[in-house]
Amino acid sequence: MVAAEGVDTIFGFPGGAVIDLYDELARTDIRHILARHEQGAVHAADGYARVSGKVGVCLVTSGPGATNTVTGIASAYCDSIPLVVFTGQVPSHLIGNDAFQEVDIVGITRPCTKHNYLVSRVEDLAQTVREAFYLARSGRPGPVLVDLPKDVVKAVTTFKETSEKPFIRSYNPTYEPNVKQLKKVVRALVDAKRPMIFAGGGIILSKASADLTKLARRLSIPVTTSLMGLGAFPGTDPLSLGMLGMHGTYRANMSTAHCDLMLGIGVRFDDRVTGKTDTFAAQAKIIHVDIDPTSIRKNVPVWLPVVGDCRVTLEKLNALLDEEDLSEVPARREKWLAQVDEWRRAMRLAYNQKDIIKPQYVVERLHALTHGDAIISTEVGQNQMWAAQYYKFQRPNQFLTSGGLGVMGYGLPAAIGAQVAAPDRLVVDIAGDGSIQMNIQELATAVQYRLPVKVAILNNGYLGMVRQWQELFYDKRYCETCMEHAPDFVKLAEAYGALGLRATRPEEVDGVIQKALAHPGPVMMDFRVEREESVYPMVPAGAPITEMLLV
Amino acid sequence: MPDERHILSLLVENKPGVLSRIAGLFSGRGFNIESLCVAETLDAGISRLTLVTKANEAVLEQIFKQLNKLVDIIKVTDFTDVPAVTREMVLIKVSAKPENRAEILRIVDIFRCKVVDVSSEHYTVEVTGDQGKMAAILDLLRPMGIKEIARTGINALSRETKGRNGGR
Ligand SMILES: Cc1cc2nc3c(=O)[nH]c(=O)nc-3n(C[C@H](O)[C@H](O)[C@H](O)COP(=O)(O)OP(=O)(O)OC[C@H]3O[C@@H](n4cnc5c(N)ncnc54)[C@H](O)[C@@H]3O)c2cc1C
Ligand SMILES: Cc1ncc(C[n+]2csc(CCOP(=O)(O)OP(=O)(O)O)c2C)c(N)n1
Repeated sequence: MVAAEGVDTIFGFPGGAVIDLYDELARTDIRHILARHEQGAVHAADGYARVSGKVGVCLVTSGPGATNTVTGIASAYCDSIPLVVFTGQVPSHLIGNDAFQEVDIVGITRPCTKHNYLVSRVEDLAQTVREAFYLARSGRPGPVLVDLPKDVVKAVTTFKETSEKPFIRSYNPTYEPNVKQLKKVVRALVDAKRPMIFAGGGIILSKASADLTKLARRLSIPVTTSLMGLGAFPGTDPLSLGMLGMHGTYRANMSTAHCDLMLGIGVRFDDRVTGKTDTFAAQAKIIHVDIDPTSIRKNVPVWLPVVGDCRVTLEKLNALLDEEDLSEVPARREKWLAQVDEWRRAMRLAYNQKDIIKPQYVVERLHALTHGDAIISTEVGQNQMWAAQYYKFQRPNQFLTSGGLGVMGYGLPAAIGAQVAAPDRLVVDIAGDGSIQMNIQELATAVQYRLPVKVAILNNGYLGMVRQWQELFYDKRYCETCMEHAPDFVKLAEAYGALGLRATRPEEVDGVIQKALAHPGPVMMDFRVEREESVYPMVPAGAPITEMLLV
Repeated sequence: MPDERHILSLLVENKPGVLSRIAGLFSGRGFNIESLCVAETLDAGISRLTLVTKANEAVLEQIFKQLNKLVDIIKVTDFTDVPAVTREMVLIKVSAKPENRAEILRIVDIFRCKVVDVSSEHYTVEVTGDQGKMAAILDLLRPMGIKEIARTGINALSRETKGRNGGR
């Protein structure tokens, strides 16, 4: 049944309530990756989904197995990642009895799933599974949980394969945008003097980056992306402004404040992006394209709302533009692009590499030595922001990060999932020494399945991002952010059967990276970096995004 | 933007957990629920849920969109813009001292409501009507000593019958 949904890989962890399912699974062609923690299994399925473009699938047992998935599910929910999570449940007649390893996982995950099901009759199972996959991948994608009581999966039923889209009378996402609105969008884009595009995760989810790039280039409109949108527009294109927001580039935030038109597409105007909302893009008319109406006008006022799929919308906009005379456009943009360029030159992302390794330097060297072509996952904190700022992403689905929930411990399992989806690609987890310890057990998974992921720990001995806030806003009172004791990561890697490497001086960085890249198996690199380096620019939470703290 | 009262009428799948999805949405997002009234329609697979909320325009827009996003919700209508009949039913247990009995019965008569239970100590009165009527009768009965009340919350139907709802 699951195979009929195109599933060939499942990430999971067994237990009593799903023992029958595992017994059956062994008799199929489906590949099962045994994680070391259910949270790891969900993040791996998340990484797998992002890289493969398919729905990620998890299978775990009832009770603690189910509760361990919650953080992973919530992260996928915040980032709109399509997952189907199967949880075991106690037999139907025991539900509600405080039975052994019973939790109400449907109740617990109600607010962090797109939808969830408790299957009470085996006859409903097939329809439920089809609905679950359909909901997970269509419209605004998201995780769907299916809770399976033990007696339901033990029962035998006949299953008719069908390729029809399941009909759910109350669910019908809008892919086709309103054409009248699109004509207005075209007019506004052509006529604007200081336009910009703000692109996000929706472009990546709908595979629309080629259409976006075409539109931006033919109209000479600079493009900024959210953290989730990195790779949606080539980071080295002259029109690329980089990321905007709290740790956005100077030029992206300045452009936002001065533009007269903003096309927000596949974005949700998160507070990390907008800062103080009433000063955000205050001179601009905002056009907002999103498949989920709740994203529109949630945080910022919108001049022209367009409900629709990013790719369909961009295809139609490009088709409408084919009929326009665009010869005047470059001249109209000249002044604006010159201004943007001035901001670019005035304040570049920068650091000063001296005797101690700078974390930014490690990311830049990684970028150079991997030719900008690796799939990068991150943990959360400074490591994540430096990865976002200094690795210039060229393609969608090249950057995997827990953006909305910001889960420390996401990076390693996500890298594993990515490597399963793309065995021939290079996958690197850019990590912090704090975060990596939250799901480090997954190194065993990588070793067992010969998944050659590379982990680059930017080891500052601190919970760096929190320390940075304490430095800037709490008079340097570093309460409980110093990781006084940490394992020896090199020995730890070796204990897991991976290769461990360390660099303590700048001149060792390249050698370590090259060795790691040359090694055929998983590697953990421990870069001892400048302990109190901070991420700049930084906009204090809730301030206008032009009030950047610069180095 | 000032808060205004809105009566929302929802057609929802009659499935377990639907009510907690709606209640969870309201509590999780800090929306307000004044009252809630729910039962099956003619089609046993569909329930009608009437919900009263107070919200400003922006919040109401989110409530609307978020409700529509729930997979089990079929349709949401705001009765603020649609001509609708709204009713509420209240059961009032009022103490019935001998000297007050006649007065209570007179009030019941004037308001065209019913005494549905009588004991030596009290009457239970059933009142149906709009909110103004409820407030008025409660004011009049209060001096006699109201012991308990139970309200259904507002129930509503639109006045237009375009047959759209298929006899639900
Ligand atoms: C420590 C930390 C710091 C951060 N700092 C920043 C920062 O400085 N700048 C920044 O940008 N972010 C930052 N973030 C990330 C931030 O929290 C959000 O995750 C991110 O901004 C959201 O990106 P997005 O708007 O692209 O939305 P996503 O979460 O990617 O949502 C996608 C949007 O697209 C829509 N969509 C989905 N599919 C489609 C489709 N097919 N068609 C049309 N629309 C679709 C969805 O409905 C949704 O509205 C930070 C996170 C952390 C943890
Ligand atoms: C599970 C979880 N707990 C706590 C936090 C809060 N938090 C955000 S960043 C951060 C510090 C991360 O430290 P580290 O992994 O060492 O990375 P660095 O910032 O030093 O690069 C913390 C504790 C979080 N995001 N996730």
